[in-house]
Amino acid sequence: MTATAARPALAAASVPLPASRRRRWLRRYGLASLGAAIILAWILVALLAPLILPYLPDTVEVTKRLQPPEAAHWLGTDALGRDDLTRLLYGARISLSTGFIVVVVGAVFGTLLGGIAAYARGAVEELIMRATDLVLCFPPIILALAIAAALGIGTTNTIIAMLVVWWPKFARLARSLVLVQRSHEYVEAATVVGLTPARILLRHIIPNAIGPLVVLVTLDVGNAIITFAGLSFLGLGVVPPTPEWGSMVAEGRELVEQWWVAAFPGLAILTVVLGFNFLGDGIRDWLDPKARRR
Amino acid sequence: MWERYFVFLKGLVHGDLGISIASQRPVLDDIEQFAPATLELASVGFLLALVVGIPLGIIAAVRRDSWIDHLARLVSLVGVSSPTFWLAFIMLALFYGGLQVAPGPGRLDPIAFPPPTVTGLYLVDTALAGDWAAFRDALAHLILPSLVLAAATLGLLTRTTRASMLESMQQDYVRMARAKGLSEWRVILGHVLPNALIPVVTLGGLAYANLLTGAVMTETVFSWPGLGRYTFTSAAALDFPAIMGITLIVAVTYLVINLLIDISYALMDPRVVR
Repeated sequence: MTATAARPALAAASVPLPASRRRRWLRRYGLASLGAAIILAWILVALLAPLILPYLPDTVEVTKRLQPPEAAHWLGTDALGRDDLTRLLYGARISLSTGFIVVVVGAVFGTLLGGIAAYARGAVEELIMRATDLVLCFPPIILALAIAAALGIGTTNTIIAMLVVWWPKFARLARSLVLVQRSHEYVEAATVVGLTPARILLRHIIPNAIGPLVVLVTLDVGNAIITFAGLSFLGLGVVPPTPEWGSMVAEGRELVEQWWVAAFPGLAILTVVLGFNFLGDGIRDWLDPKARRR
Repeated sequence: MWERYFVFLKGLVHGDLGISIASQRPVLDDIEQFAPATLELASVGFLLALVVGIPLGIIAAVRRDSWIDHLARLVSLVGVSSPTFWLAFIMLALFYGGLQVAPGPGRLDPIAFPPPTVTGLYLVDTALAGDWAAFRDALAHLILPSLVLAAATLGLLTRTTRASMLESMQQDYVRMARAKGLSEWRVILGHVLPNALIPVVTLGGLAYANLLTGAVMTETVFSWPGLGRYTFTSAAALDFPAIMGITLIVAVTYLVINLLIDISYALMDPRVVR
């Protein structure tokens, strides 16, 4: 006990707590920490992929096509003899970054529009909120599919198509949050002091209303990753030689006998999305003690 | 641009959605041809999700923190987090490729003739024709895709039912019912459940609308000749009259289901009517 307690603060988590407290800590933060660990691990291997892998994602070895998982190729090889593990880790770069980009840009854009709508009221609010209604009355995947098809294949085009359908939910949430904040006295005080509306919105209201938005962002990255992979699976996302999880599943979907080609990239998507769901749920419980008890 | 819009509107009020570029047939005919397959698939999938998801959510809430609660949470999380297209592949690889207990993609055996069209729902049509071998064939082909389709909805329904049950179990009328000496299951089924179902109906309705319109992935993997696959092929071929027709049908479906949900509130909760 004394020996472990003498360790630096970094090891604090491993200091043995009384059993009851440790159990409570696990119950409260266990899943969220697991989620964060999964996400961090994926980000790490995606960044370090060139250092830890002996292959390149587009090295074709026709003699070794469709090898089952073995010592030289842990996850087997695909129809062109490319190493599946290599493609999986390089694919993490595309899947993670597109997920982040879509959600973060969509959230910033949506939050600003929703905030402006709630703050300006009147005709501006009508215009913005009716625009969100317009987008929300289509199922997201079909609208994104149609837009992505019209723009043409490519990562950027697919991200643009997804952004078009992504911002409205943030606009709605932000509007309702800002409407609540607006009635508080500190907003009145800021107005009396003579601050500009833009400053009040950006510096005072939005920081106070940001909690639920952070939860939605975290839960939503998983959604965005699934949607992007889905569009790629349908042949719209990335241009073929680029390794990406959705298109890897698509390449393997006819190969029922060689299940490893499609199974592992999908498993990768599942773990990442689970990670974001764990983390998002954890943050929600942390911000909202009422939900925690449930 | 404006003129074309008015031409489109004029066709619309006459029940004409234009000619599909890819199939060279009226879009409405195409949609009529593909809609029953999707309706059948989505309905069976939704039924599966309802039958499993709601009881699972109820039991999870009643036996909170028991192993069944943890199982329910795991099922719902995995259901929500798995990409549909991948789940569809895994099911096919496992039950069709590996174990060979399920039939392959499509609605019927490739050599079988489709039943005489009455409703377009193969289950109904084969039963009407009294062709039980074909009925079994159609049912067997339905199992895998509807399971896949049910997975995400199942997760959503279980989660919502559980949360909503827990919320409603803390209300005063539940304590009252317990104080009256009602048995635990009468309290749960008679008092907690009806109050807890309202958010479940809302989400369930939207989920059904999503199933009807969002079967794109499942239908593509299972070569299911429904609206989802039609959406995908039209989008890939840039067949704009078809895409516009589909989005219109989809929006109308959403509207109708939302209306039905609102009406069902009035039926379930007398307080809404007043």
